Amino acid sequence: MKKAIILCLIILSHQVFSQKDSSFIKRTPADTSKMKMNMDAVYNRPFLTAGKFPVALGGYLEANSSYFGTDGVTEGLSFQIPRLTLFLSSTIKKRIKFLSEIEFEEGGKEIAIEFASMDIELHPLLNLRGGVIMNPIGAFNQNHDGPKWEFISRPISATSIIPSTWSNVGFGIFGKYARNNFVWAYEAYMTNGFDDKIISNSESRTWLPASKENPERFEESSNGVPLITAKTAFRHRKIGEIGVSWMGGVYNKFEDDGLVIDKQRRIDLYAIDFNTNLPRINTYITGEWVWANVDVPETYSQAFGSKLQGGFLDIVQPILKRKVFGWENATLNLAFRTEYVDYNVGNFRETGGNISDHIVAIVPGISFRPSQQTVIRFNYRYHWQTDLLGNPASRTAGFQFGFSTYF
Amino acid sequence: MKKLYIVYSLLVLMILGIAACKKLLPKAPKDDEILDGPVEGLTAEEKIRFLEGDRAFNNEIFTSETGLGPYFVANSCGSCHAGDGKGHPFTTLTRFGQADSTGNTYMNFGAPQLQNRAIPGFSPEQIPAGAAFSKFTPPANTGLGFLEALTDVQILANADPTDANNDGISGVPNYVNAPAYFIPKSHHITWSGKFVGRFGKKAAAIDLWNQTVNAYVQDMGITSEYAMLEPAINGVASPYGDPTPDPEVPSSRVQNLIFYLRTLKAPVQRDQNNSDVQAGKQVFMNIGCEKCHKAEWTTQKADINALSYKTFYPYTDLLLHDMGSGLNDGYTEGTAKTSEWRTPPLWGLGLSKNSQGGQYFLLHDGRATSIQQAIEMHGGEGQSSNSAYQSLSQTEKDQLIKFLESL
Ligand code: HEC
Ligand code: HEC
Repeated sequence: MKKAIILCLIILSHQVFSQKDSSFIKRTPADTSKMKMNMDAVYNRPFLTAGKFPVALGGYLEANSSYFGTDGVTEGLSFQIPRLTLFLSSTIKKRIKFLSEIEFEEGGKEIAIEFASMDIELHPLLNLRGGVIMNPIGAFNQNHDGPKWEFISRPISATSIIPSTWSNVGFGIFGKYARNNFVWAYEAYMTNGFDDKIISNSESRTWLPASKENPERFEESSNGVPLITAKTAFRHRKIGEIGVSWMGGVYNKFEDDGLVIDKQRRIDLYAIDFNTNLPRINTYITGEWVWANVDVPETYSQAFGSKLQGGFLDIVQPILKRKVFGWENATLNLAFRTEYVDYNVGNFRETGGNISDHIVAIVPGISFRPSQQTVIRFNYRYHWQTDLLGNPASRTAGFQFGFSTYF
Repeated sequence: MKKLYIVYSLLVLMILGIAACKKLLPKAPKDDEILDGPVEGLTAEEKIRFLEGDRAFNNEIFTSETGLGPYFVANSCGSCHAGDGKGHPFTTLTRFGQADSTGNTYMNFGAPQLQNRAIPGFSPEQIPAGAAFSKFTPPANTGLGFLEALTDVQILANADPTDANNDGISGVPNYVNAPAYFIPKSHHITWSGKFVGRFGKKAAAIDLWNQTVNAYVQDMGITSEYAMLEPAINGVASPYGDPTPDPEVPSSRVQNLIFYLRTLKAPVQRDQNNSDVQAGKQVFMNIGCEKCHKAEWTTQKADINALSYKTFYPYTDLLLHDMGSGLNDGYTEGTAKTSEWRTPPLWGLGLSKNSQGGQYFLLHDGRATSIQQAIEMHGGEGQSSNSAYQSLSQTEKDQLIKFLESL
């Protein structure tokens, strides 16, 4: 299966790329108009179209090197390609679109369909979407392309509380309404969801990404109860965007072969996200915060938290925007991220004392963008991780250098 | 011109970055500030085994799929002995069912250990009504190889069951039944089939093999070739429980883990040359603490070279002492009386907070939250040195505490 996908993609890309020099190939740039929202991220990407060929192709690559150390022990310098992603999109018929995003993680070790859906527009306020969907919880999950960010690592809260990229099979509706400077949008989907692994994993904490290990999650739901994700967002052309989202369902296998073996246990995530561009100084600010409530059995271990929360705040300040080395509109940015996750909000039953298990990190960085599609980034990261009991934090720090580009 | 300027500044930045690399990474804590790490003088082969054991101890986190439970207390060795240090009330376990030296009368009711947690779908164990019980807070795991390398003759040399020297301190060994897999070493002596115990709060485990096998099965519900039955609850000892086939850990891993425990370094004393610390040590000797907390020992020839003929300072005699009614919980193990406890080693005492969540939980069940309290709770054979402590001047008390914190 994997091989077949790769082969198809190679043939396809060969068809397109082998004619790179001819004017036959057209680049459709990403739409950067101010009315695009996080929910539009899947389509808001640069694509290559070749003549009358009905499929547009795009993708991005991330490559970086890193040098990290934890409490004086370093693994030395290493090089990674965390992901190579290919997009294929086509307009099948007027108002019927197909788009897929296939990701090769860590040099092809894993191939994941992150998105593959068909959208049918009945009205701008009512579109149907079905297939593999990226659940619209927070903003990062849908808007995760490497080249869009000034930071090499993804935010911790957006990968370990919201397990980005979190996509599931399902269907739903979305729509948008725009007037003057305002846009309002909504999305609502039913998909397959989480499973028991979130509280039975070798991280020894409530760990939502553990559900991604289940190879069957694209085939069937772990318990037959759909995961519901709903989001609404507002954007004002001059002020910015704010989104509120919820994702909830039952995670445990409460019934086996018709026998009830446990009660239904819920998981609910609530997120708020925002982004804005400060006028004049052009500072770009974006952030997201997520809360998760998980019904963990009382008699299981408190190491598995029933409340989690975390988020990040990114501030990006362009300090230079002009022609550099012949690139029009190249920009140099200073960037700063602060982030926090608490995997276990609560108190020990035995002592009443606080349960820690949290991470605080700061990431200053510099990024250079020869064009909007490409970013060369240099990050320094410092990260304090405190264990369950609140013992002195283990400290990790290091440098990352790399690029990420659409192609 | 401008271009060159940019190129130069980029180059300078990169060189600075590389030069700063090491400086900006978190430093390793000093060797005397952490408990983890091997004894000096291991061969390369032994170091590899040590690392294997380290992983089994700290990184192997059990889930219901890899055998955890169905009834358990915690899911990894490292979660109870964080950084190889002492534990917390959250990881404190309960034993029940034995009220005198005739043995445990609740073996058919899940004794001796309470599994107070269970995987989803199972109900954890309750202490049967009327059963005597005691709580045990995890001790540190450092330097145990040195203690294990001592001969029974060396330990018994300090025993004084009839208090022949009339100092109010007797000191007796715990004579315990050996498990079927126990292979006596040349330094073990037997008394009508029983052996001298030296590990655990009541000195009920003969060696680290014994302790490790029990920890796997009683603390985590992990079966090994040496203990094939899942912990019993409510009278049903059965191999049935989790779906994992038994044994759940291979013997090779158990043996590597034992090797790790045997070769963990002894805590290194800090501030040895500080005059208060030296004065405090003198106070410790003068008021009779050292009669039980025996400072110095030397090993004879051991099967691991790094442990042979080594002098070390654990501050324990490995014997049981009657600590008075205050510390008598009514529960016991082996031939120990209910008021008797094994003298705990004091090495590493000053680092306890770093694994107990920033505060002290001392004595067998963590009831003392400061060193002073721990001393003031010494009764029975420890009463006279407790009284001597209480009549010390404040300076002497401070010096004594300073000495204890340097250990
Ligand atoms: C639930 C928490 C918990 C877990 C999990 C746990 N321990 Fe312990 N450990 C304890 C307690 C409590 C004691 C004291 C027990 C006693 O007195 O018998 C102890 C004692 C010990 C001792 C004896 C130390 C001494 O000074 O006498 C060793 C060695 C040890 N544990 C090793 C291990 C190993 C190896 C594992 C994993 C296989 C493990 N422990 C898992 C709580 C735990
Ligand atoms: C009669 C023997 C005896 C004498 C004398 C004695 N101790 Fe202890 N000590 C013990 C025993 C046994 C325990 C463990 C009691 C328990 O766990 O409930 C203990 C526990 C401790 C602890 C707590 C250690 C831990 O890890 O929880 C400290 C600290 C301590 N003693 C210090 C002292 C000092 C200081 C003196 C001198 C004033 C002293 N002891 C005298 C036997 C003795």
